[in-house]
Amino acid sequence: MQEGLDDGPDFLSEEDRGPRAVNVDLQTDATLQVDISDALSERDKVKFTVHTKSTLPNFKQNEFSVVRQHEEFIWLHDSFVENEEYAGYIIPPAPPRPDFDASREKLQKLGEGEGSMTKEEFTKMKQELEAEYLAIFKKTVAMHEVFLCRVAAHPVLRKDLNFHVFLEYNQDLSVRGKNKKEKLEDFFKNVVKSADGVLVAGVKDVDDFFEHEKTFLLEYHNRVKDASAKSDRMIRSHKNAADDINRIASSLYTLGTQDSTDLCKLVKVSVAALQKIESRVAADEDLKLADLLKYYLRESQAAKDLLYRRSRALVDYENANKALDKARAKNRDVLQAETSQQLCCHKFEKISESAKQELIDFKTRRVAAFRKNLVELAELELKHAKVTMT
Amino acid sequence: NKVELPPPPECVCVKLSGPASLPAEDISTNSNGPKQDSLFDDDPEDLFAEATEEVSLDSPERDVLLSDGPSPAITPITPPCSLITPHIDMFTHCSFDEIEEEEGGDSFDMHISVSDPEKVGDGMNAYMAYKVSTKTSMSLFRSQDFSVKRRFSDFLGLHSKLASKYLHIGYIVPPAPEKSIVGMTKVKVGKEDQSSNEFVEKRRSALERYLMRTVKHPTLLKDPDVLQFLESSELPRAVSTQALSSAGILRMVNKAAEAVNKMTIKMNESDAWFEEKQQHFDNLDLQLRKLHASVESLVCHRRELSVNTALFAKSAAMLGNSEDHTALSRALSQLAEVEEKIDQLHQDQANADFYCFSELLGDYVRLITAVKGVFDHRMKTWQKWQDGQILLQKKREAEAKLQFNNKPEKLQQAKDEMRELEGKVQQGERDFELISKTIRKEVSRFEKERVKDFKTIIIKYLESLVQTQQKVKNIIIIIFSISY
Repeated sequence: MQEGLDDGPDFLSEEDRGPRAVNVDLQTDATLQVDISDALSERDKVKFTVHTKSTLPNFKQNEFSVVRQHEEFIWLHDSFVENEEYAGYIIPPAPPRPDFDASREKLQKLGEGEGSMTKEEFTKMKQELEAEYLAIFKKTVAMHEVFLCRVAAHPVLRKDLNFHVFLEYNQDLSVRGKNKKEKLEDFFKNVVKSADGVLVAGVKDVDDFFEHEKTFLLEYHNRVKDASAKSDRMIRSHKNAADDINRIASSLYTLGTQDSTDLCKLVKVSVAALQKIESRVAADEDLKLADLLKYYLRESQAAKDLLYRRSRALVDYENANKALDKARAKNRDVLQAETSQQLCCHKFEKISESAKQELIDFKTRRVAAFRKNLVELAELELKHAKVTMT
Repeated sequence: NKVELPPPPECVCVKLSGPASLPAEDISTNSNGPKQDSLFDDDPEDLFAEATEEVSLDSPERDVLLSDGPSPAITPITPPCSLITPHIDMFTHCSFDEIEEEEGGDSFDMHISVSDPEKVGDGMNAYMAYKVSTKTSMSLFRSQDFSVKRRFSDFLGLHSKLASKYLHIGYIVPPAPEKSIVGMTKVKVGKEDQSSNEFVEKRRSALERYLMRTVKHPTLLKDPDVLQFLESSELPRAVSTQALSSAGILRMVNKAAEAVNKMTIKMNESDAWFEEKQQHFDNLDLQLRKLHASVESLVCHRRELSVNTALFAKSAAMLGNSEDHTALSRALSQLAEVEEKIDQLHQDQANADFYCFSELLGDYVRLITAVKGVFDHRMKTWQKWQDGQILLQKKREAEAKLQFNNKPEKLQQAKDEMRELEGKVQQGERDFELISKTIRKEVSRFEKERVKDFKTIIIKYLESLVQTQQKVKNIIIIIFSISY
């Protein structure tokens, strides 16, 4: 299986690069262009070759590449999240882990069941599985690339030092995945955060814009989650149906070799075509619709996080105000209270400013992406319908 | 193809299925070929004229080779290769057919429909009564258009009567639809829901197909039981078809015993035709079962798909509603929803067609079981004949011994017994010949019917596929124009 996978680079380089940045509509900016030029899949991990073209002065060269793994992407993302400076921005969501387990399982099952199928069935199923593997592979590369491009396009995040190290540092970043203890810590942090989020959400916002955004985002997030789950189920059914048609086609084929009437041949051909169409429709729907929804699920979560941080800052600000008033009343630690209040105020205002811009950008991006994908989906379906007609 | 084929023989017999007026092209050195051809071509009766004899071809290229003849359509059926050995019975076979075909001068014009399922009675004693309507112009029946009310056990009773009369002499009696305790109980209990309606509909169409298949068989059509079933208003209740009756259990025990017996009979097959046909049907059985399973699974998944599509459409609509910032966004979400709706329609349609296909496949799986049963009966007849012969041989030896020992009274008795036995053996041989003959005819009829049935349903499916695609295309075009 490794041999087949090492074909990865070939496929990617000759592949049409256009549809890769499916989910976001980004301006290509000459000062910093990042993409994933290559990817290699080894047993357990995927190695991405991150290629940067830049005219910025802080890079040593104008064009360079490094090899990165998934964990390093996660490290970069986490460093953004933990950085207080970026509290006011929507942090681009981290790319999902490359997950080849399902495919690998199927391949194993196929290998075990090799004896019970005819040669043609076996080769056909093997081809399909390989195509599926390739599709997952391409998807994961696309996700990672989108993440990098978003960071590169963001006016503030692109200047981050960690990002530059990520892009440029030739050696291994020796980032290890979180061990159990750290994962547990994360889990608790999340619990605390969500509890806090509930508390904070109760606070009514002074600014109408943000209040509106809050309700909108909450609702939107939930609905995107729902739509994403349903579309996954739909696509799974579609894939199952396509598998069935596959099996039917092969049975009809063996049946047809016994009864070689013209009609049987026609049936064979039409069923084969039908099957191809079905699986392609499923794959397309998957790409355009499901991925889109999943991506926006994560993005809306990130936007929610932003709003949460802002609300948190607001609460802190109000608490600081109250503390200041109390301090003034008691005439104790007034200076301290004042400075902390100043700090909170400053933080809050900074976040609010950038958040507003971010959210507006988010909306624009989202609308554009949805429009693009839905139109493409409709085009594809039309094309399929035409093909089936013939 | 998993089957290992022996190298192809040089001699090949091609039979064409085309209009009867075409000269049958016979390239073979087989002696019985021409006689059969001329016989079948004489007959204008559609039912009997087309006999598709098998061809021992193992690759499609040979189709092309052979089609260089004057005929437009060759439909060779390709079983695993074998020679068609000349068989003396073929001549008697032909003359038998001659008689049969003259009788069938009445054109086959009969249409049976099973309709109006109604629930009669209440609780666990309730049953569904179906209206069986017959429209025919055949002289066999008292009137041209009549109908009766029948229940499911009546159908089963008819089948068991026909099976007991005809299966052991080699006729392929179409199997009746299966009993379904779960399905019927739901109906009896009175649940008026989707699944019980579906069940009744499924059963109704299965019963209709069963009756049509039965009457299409020329011999079965003339059977008095069939006539009584179709015509008389009152039918004695067939109690022995109940699932839990003593007769039912007896049947099950018999079936098990027969299965064991079958394994022990080692038949010395002198006729290669039967051997290859047996293998052909075994293969066909396997493949049809596999196909049936796949199609059923497809029907199931398609249903799942339409349900999930509906759910997704709702979800997408809600998503669209929440995007109240941009009217365009909303329009797009609605677009997605409408598109899903069409998709669903499309699925439902395709589902319905595959469903018919699946039912047909199920019918054929059962039919092939019946065919195999007929072959088994032939084996049993042979066995009986052989047993008779062995017994006769023994008696002869005993007689010789008696003669040697000079015991006149016992000798006479032995001679009488021997005469009786000889008669039985001859009868056994005749039975065996008869059953072989009948089976040949039946099998060719069966193959023809099968091809016809499959053709019809596939054409229907393709037609409806084209129709739905056209509809979908139209709607998508409309959507497109809206979106721009």
